[in-house]
Amino acid sequence: MDFGTFLWVNFGAFLTFAILSFLYKDNPFYKIAEHLVVGVSAGYFVVILWHNGLSPNLFQKLDDGSWFLLWLDSSEPWYIIPAILGVMMWTRFSKKWAWVSRWPMALYIGIATGVAIPLEMGAKVNRQLYAIMEKGFDWQNFFGHGSFNLLDATSGLSQVIIFVGTISALIYFFFSKAHTGWFGGMAKFGIWILMIGFGASFGYTVMARISLFINRLQYLDKSWYRNAVDTVNENYHVGFPIVFWFLILLIVGYIILEIVNHVKSKESPAAE
Amino acid sequence: MNVFEKLMKLDRRWVFLFLIIVCVFAYVVDFNVPIMVEPESQKIYDFIDNLEPGSIVLIAIDYDPNNMAELHPMTYAVVEHCWRKHVKVIFTALSQNGPGMADQAIRDISDSLMVDQTYNGVEFKGREIINGVDYCFLGYKPYYALVILGMGQNFRLPFPSDYYGSPLDSLPMMRGVSNYNDIDIVVDLSGGNITDAWISYGQSRFNFPLALGLTGVMTAQYYPYLGSGQVMGIMGGLLGAAQYEEMAENPGLAKDGMRVQLGAHVVIILFIIMGNIGLLIERRRHKKEGGI
Amino acid sequence: MKRQIPFVLVFIFGAFMVFQYFIPHESSEWVYEFLLDWIIIIGIFALALGIWSLLRVSLDKIKNKKENYIYSYLILFGLFGEIIFGFTAFNGNGESWGFYLPFVACALLAIIMIIHTIISTGKKTTFAALAGVFILLSVLISIFDNSWSFHFSSAEGVQNPMFRSFFDHILIPVLSTMFALLAFFIASAAYRAFRARNLLATLLLVAALIVMMRFNPWVAVIYGDYGAKLSNWLMNVPNLAAQRAIVIGIGLGIVATALKIILGIERGYMGKG
Repeated sequence: MDFGTFLWVNFGAFLTFAILSFLYKDNPFYKIAEHLVVGVSAGYFVVILWHNGLSPNLFQKLDDGSWFLLWLDSSEPWYIIPAILGVMMWTRFSKKWAWVSRWPMALYIGIATGVAIPLEMGAKVNRQLYAIMEKGFDWQNFFGHGSFNLLDATSGLSQVIIFVGTISALIYFFFSKAHTGWFGGMAKFGIWILMIGFGASFGYTVMARISLFINRLQYLDKSWYRNAVDTVNENYHVGFPIVFWFLILLIVGYIILEIVNHVKSKESPAAE
Repeated sequence: MNVFEKLMKLDRRWVFLFLIIVCVFAYVVDFNVPIMVEPESQKIYDFIDNLEPGSIVLIAIDYDPNNMAELHPMTYAVVEHCWRKHVKVIFTALSQNGPGMADQAIRDISDSLMVDQTYNGVEFKGREIINGVDYCFLGYKPYYALVILGMGQNFRLPFPSDYYGSPLDSLPMMRGVSNYNDIDIVVDLSGGNITDAWISYGQSRFNFPLALGLTGVMTAQYYPYLGSGQVMGIMGGLLGAAQYEEMAENPGLAKDGMRVQLGAHVVIILFIIMGNIGLLIERRRHKKEGGI
Repeated sequence: MKRQIPFVLVFIFGAFMVFQYFIPHESSEWVYEFLLDWIIIIGIFALALGIWSLLRVSLDKIKNKKENYIYSYLILFGLFGEIIFGFTAFNGNGESWGFYLPFVACALLAIIMIIHTIISTGKKTTFAALAGVFILLSVLISIFDNSWSFHFSSAEGVQNPMFRSFFDHILIPVLSTMFALLAFFIASAAYRAFRARNLLATLLLVAALIVMMRFNPWVAVIYGDYGAKLSNWLMNVPNLAAQRAIVIGIGLGIVATALKIILGIERGYMGKG
């Protein structure tokens, strides 16, 4: 590992700790990391939009034309049109001209909604309805394939539960008829099924949130600790003390500042 | 004030500290958590494992650093599996910070491919991974739904050149590859709405096999598509990634993290139980006071 | 005129896209491909608005010396630093960096000085002079330093090691750690909020516990692999039924909203005026 990477790894770890310190309370280190990342993220996006977007999809199609003819002499001059429409988007911030941006917006919204209607209907409604209706129930293996097994997800019983569960949950969302009688019963079963679904979702959510922290632990151990405190590494003897004492200085300085502020606020309670 | 009431009023920072201690402890102590492979992820593994050398897999890296904890291990496991089997990979990245994630993953996995490895009794010689031969990284474009539709016409429509700026026709592996018809499977690893677009705009229009790698938060929501056959398999969260690593006999970050996952779950379940005991005590007290 | 034409555009393109799906003809396919291609270009211009908006907010903070305005310089540093890295690359194999880092420093200072010249009310000449000095320095370095060069029309910049390092060692740690904080908040919520107050809440909690315990080997000692099987059944049967109802509802909702937009009933996206 070269010295540059060594410094970067330490900086990454510093930023990680800076964000984690928010768990205790908001502090300047957290704010530094937060603001830095907003800028870097935006800058990164600018570069990607340019090199992955504008450059190949627009400029390279017009680059055989000449700019003083507005690229109208290029081999694909019609690419001027989306460029003009795109520039029209930028009138958003002007009060007087904001209406101009509605044209390209209308184009996008028209296309996006038009595309959505048949495809969303097909994927989210029709295919789902087919799935509960097309095969019918597997009466032969009602209690599981082969042997008695209630936990067989493809058994007839499970299919019946899916069918009734979906219909009941849909009924629960149907508010044009009062939830009374058999209809109310179905709606009640529907909400039970929904709750089990949300519970499963919630269990997975807990798992997901924890794994986010696990990743940080692994990062701090594998990427930082093993490199920063690696005595075999030639950078250790030069780099580690510098980084270490710099961090200590920073943290001690911050703590002193906090104490001074605390004392000051105690001295003049009227100021609060 | 009894113990439970005191616990209920505890500063939440103690809860944080307790969780950190448990997680670090579980991370440091070395023990093995057995992983039971579920059919959802088994199907994805089997499909990729049975591909002929030279087949093409499209891997959509549609996640940002926010979700990398769960999805990066999946990327590592699936891509390494593909490359070990000489299956070619096309990468796309349709989320804002996706290109960087893919770029990093490609560099890392290329490095790990340099060494010899044995998985499931089969020995794989280390080799160099070459851009344009083993993989092609298409990069980012805005409006993912329309990009997915555009790729169905021709990859060159939204992506005239790849992420590194070379025209698609100049890459050997992209010769004769025009749209989803030339792809064997699409694996979408995503932490957001882009999965919906892959299902609605990609799979249901162009009818290719679609496998999903999802964050835990989203996993439960995509089971209906599994039931209807629109999706051929789902890897859910870190557990899904660990299952893939288990099947490929290639333990990585996910398998390593399951220890901590276990410890943290036990802690959270304890918290839930304590909270509910607190609730019971509160109710009983309420009844007593009401009775007087 | 200001409102009618957009409505007509939405209707025409929306209706075209719907019909194109059902009647794929060679000529409609041709238009369809053009539209898909063009919309990406328009989208890039639209996304640039977000960057401009961020820049405006930061400059406004610096100009009016609002609370914590000092951090806005960090935003500018990150933004312009990453942009400079993205448009420059090392020549050869990148062994020699030459005066690359001094150049980046000068260029960043020049940008900050230009910004101050524009937004500050007093001392404009001082800032302008400093800006001139830093611009001159960076131009001189870029002319005489052969170890790196600018790349605007080709994508060498995305392979610049500094560009990658900013992503790998700033963006990835900070963004992922920010989300990792959620692990702690869900633990503290588990402590206070997840209570079995009634039957429905109990159902939710039990389902969640089953899913959370699925890979727990200590539970498996007691129940064998039934824990994992039960959770798999739970995901594939009751959960599937519930989520399917939600998916169907969402699908109908999307289609209804899309129809309303195309037919001009829903006009919220237009804004006022």
